[in-house]
Amino acid sequence: MIDVLKDPIAWIGDLLRTWLIGFGLLPEFVTFLLQLLTALILATAVLLLTFLLIWGERKVIARIQDRLGPNRVGPFGVFQTVADLLKLVTKELITPTGADLVPYNLAPLITVMSVVGLWAVLPLAPTVLPADINVGVLYIISIGAIGTLGILLAGLSSNNKYALLGAFRTVALMVSYSVPMVLALLVPVLLSGSMGMQTIVEAQRPIPFVLLAPVAAIIFFISSLAEVGRAPFDLLEADSEIVAGYNIEYSGLKFGMFFVAEFLHAFTISALTATLFLGGWSGPWVDLYPILGMLYFSIKTSIVYFVVIWIRGSFPRIRIDQMNSLNWKFITPVALFGLVFTAIAEKLAIQLGLGRLITHLGANALLIVLTLVALGLYARAARTKFESAAEAG
Amino acid sequence: MLSLLQIAFLVAAFLTIVSAIMVVSTPSMVHAALWLILTLAGVAVFFVLLNAGFLAVVQIAVYIDAIAIMIIIVVMLTQEATRQRIRQVSKTWWGAAIAALILFAGLIALFTQTPALAVDAPTLAMSQEALLEDLGTALVDVNRYIIPFEVASVLLLAALIGSIMVAWPLVRGKDEEVDA
Repeated sequence: MIDVLKDPIAWIGDLLRTWLIGFGLLPEFVTFLLQLLTALILATAVLLLTFLLIWGERKVIARIQDRLGPNRVGPFGVFQTVADLLKLVTKELITPTGADLVPYNLAPLITVMSVVGLWAVLPLAPTVLPADINVGVLYIISIGAIGTLGILLAGLSSNNKYALLGAFRTVALMVSYSVPMVLALLVPVLLSGSMGMQTIVEAQRPIPFVLLAPVAAIIFFISSLAEVGRAPFDLLEADSEIVAGYNIEYSGLKFGMFFVAEFLHAFTISALTATLFLGGWSGPWVDLYPILGMLYFSIKTSIVYFVVIWIRGSFPRIRIDQMNSLNWKFITPVALFGLVFTAIAEKLAIQLGLGRLITHLGANALLIVLTLVALGLYARAARTKFESAAEAG
Repeated sequence: MLSLLQIAFLVAAFLTIVSAIMVVSTPSMVHAALWLILTLAGVAVFFVLLNAGFLAVVQIAVYIDAIAIMIIIVVMLTQEATRQRIRQVSKTWWGAAIAALILFAGLIALFTQTPALAVDAPTLAMSQEALLEDLGTALVDVNRYIIPFEVASVLLLAALIGSIMVAWPLVRGKDEEVDA
């Protein structure tokens, strides 16, 4: 029997299972029911979390901008989001003329689904993992892509030029930034030798991967920010250029779903960064009390999420051509080289018996130096070209 | 009494077939692309039911993420196609129907002769992880599939370089941006 204090969730699961089988249900059917229940609880909990996230983000952004933020509804304005939700619910759901009805209504659902689906493979604690599939990393990539589909559908079916432009931008952004994201995701896979999320966290117990592969961690963070479309990559809904982008024709709760998906996605990428590079649930005494893992995981995730908000509050939006050249001329090559360097460093550390941390840090330092040299040469070439053009013209 | 897996298979099979028919019969190209996504997702469900989680995820990553989204983008770029209702059947539709029927009958005849398919699902020779590892090593093993694998890689690389060449601006060096 599992101790209640040590692992309450497995305890509840066991209790329910024995109870349901005692009811006369088939064991196969009980497994199905329990999995359904897990999915329901997880999805609901994650969506409810968004209330807190939106409030927190507004508070932090307000402090960055030297304001107070929401402070009227409830203590510190914590129920502001609930009030906002009530307002959204009462609004009319307007469907534009000429909209493609089925894709138009499907788009918000797909967008929310793709974000909530990501939580299925995130290990919350050593014993709390909603679905232990051995290809978790691939699953994250493919489910994330379905989010692109949702936004594409929204832009396509709204019968609005601005929405279409927003969708085009989204696709350009997401498709191109998934290249460095996948390359950076390969680094934890390479270091842990597995695509399962639980094994990746397990492998980070001695040293978190952010120390072994800092370059990959930063690249993953930047490209997942772009994948989410957060500032400074929020040009898919740049209000000053294309009004509101893909969700311009949505109102009421349908808009609310896009809104929730966006905030939750930002938090989810923080959770992913924490899991893949910061060691997820690992921390002291986590073997004794697995539930402590949840606490460590939330602390790490919150720190990353704070950085996400901080970036949103401090950086201006980048132009679309800057977005493309940043990705294809800078991030993707660095990610490629980072993968090669990590692979070589890992083999060297095993073959030569060097310290793993030292070897990897050395490889990353070499990579950073080489990147800086390449950037310097590029800047010099660009400057000479600019000066000669200025002299000639 | 059907087991849960069988029910799931029947539902997935029905959805896949219906959406596959819709792909070729719907008049709007965008809708056809969307139905295609549902068909591909149905195939992913089959992979899950066959205990091949890796293939299922790859199916979604490659077909839905890459191919289906590319198809939708192409449809979006050809603005005319999204608005026009194109005639669905050509004059020789009956010929295609006969060909499809013959192919289907031939496949069924072949499948019923295969002994392995007559019984229940075959048991796996190895565990799922071991199979996956075997697949990985088989692709880089000199005695097994390294040549097809390398040929496919070279082909993809050629396609990649080719697409860059196609997109290359014809007049170069004239007004290249310095601050790009």
